[in-house]
Amino acid sequence: MTKILLVSHSEKLAEGLKELLQQMQPDVDIEAAAGDSGGIGTDPDTISTKLQAWKEEEIVVLFDLGSAWMNTDLAAEMSGMEEQVTIADAAFVEGALAAVMEAGFGSSAARVKAAAEAAGSQKKRPEA
Amino acid sequence: MNQQDAVNWILSFQKKIESSKEYLTDLDQAVGDGDHGINMNRGLQHAAGVLHEKTFETPGDVLKAVSTAFISKVGGASGPLYGSAMLKASGSCGGKETLEDEDVKAMLRAAADAVQARGRAERGEKTMYDVWEAVVRAAEEKEDIDWQHVRMKTAEAADATKEMQAKKGRAAYLGARSIGHLDPGSVSTRMLIESLAEVLESGDS
Repeated sequence: MTKILLVSHSEKLAEGLKELLQQMQPDVDIEAAAGDSGGIGTDPDTISTKLQAWKEEEIVVLFDLGSAWMNTDLAAEMSGMEEQVTIADAAFVEGALAAVMEAGFGSSAARVKAAAEAAGSQKKRPEA
Repeated sequence: MNQQDAVNWILSFQKKIESSKEYLTDLDQAVGDGDHGINMNRGLQHAAGVLHEKTFETPGDVLKAVSTAFISKVGGASGPLYGSAMLKASGSCGGKETLEDEDVKAMLRAAADAVQARGRAERGEKTMYDVWEAVVRAAEEKEDIDWQHVRMKTAEAADATKEMQAKKGRAAYLGARSIGHLDPGSVSTRMLIESLAEVLESGDS
């Protein structure tokens, strides 16, 4: 099953999101790689460590802000895992939720990414 | 350019960043998250420590060590951008003990390409790539690199980011309000090139 990695500048943000997602879908493996040296930021070494724990797996990464994406890109290269790591350019919360639901259906990384990226344009409030 | 020139290049850059870290941080507070000076200073302090402790055979070895320092110690977007630039620059130097002007041009081109690829940047987006692109063009204009010309074009490119609207990075969220502020990464990249020019100019004549 496609794995989900949440890369965020804030540990609290990533852990909170992970908790929310896991409650919606407990069967999908979700990990967080967040923060830099205990503070705000992202760190390629932290991200690599998480990626390498899933060495044989397909991984879709959701990230919060641009430099998180850059560090994920770098971490995938450093780990020699460019082929297995798919980065979704999606809203962090809504995209991650869509990704986790899609992964739960046993979908490929490409479909999980597509679901995440489509989620941002969805209306959350029902039409009156 | 030999390994000692490469070490001197980075040590000179470290001093420039250290003495302007507040300035860079002020620039970054206007358009980003306000940590550019602090992050760059931390990374370069670490790099300088490594350069003092270890001995290196080639310029490529020096730049490889600097790349590692940037990737693991700088953070933000500058860590992966500078780190990738230095890594590809190092790769371009290969195992050569001395770089001729042709090799220096290739090294600068490799660094510029790495910044562009890592940031998916294009010219005119108010990023450090604007400076890198100008550096490469200026260096390649003459057979023997005219460092005075490179400095002038580098300065112009860094200054030109002020009137641009940011299209990449945290500053892009500001939209038109990013106009009127220098791009901090472009200003620090200018310092990197100034340091290189200082080291190689003195070795030229």
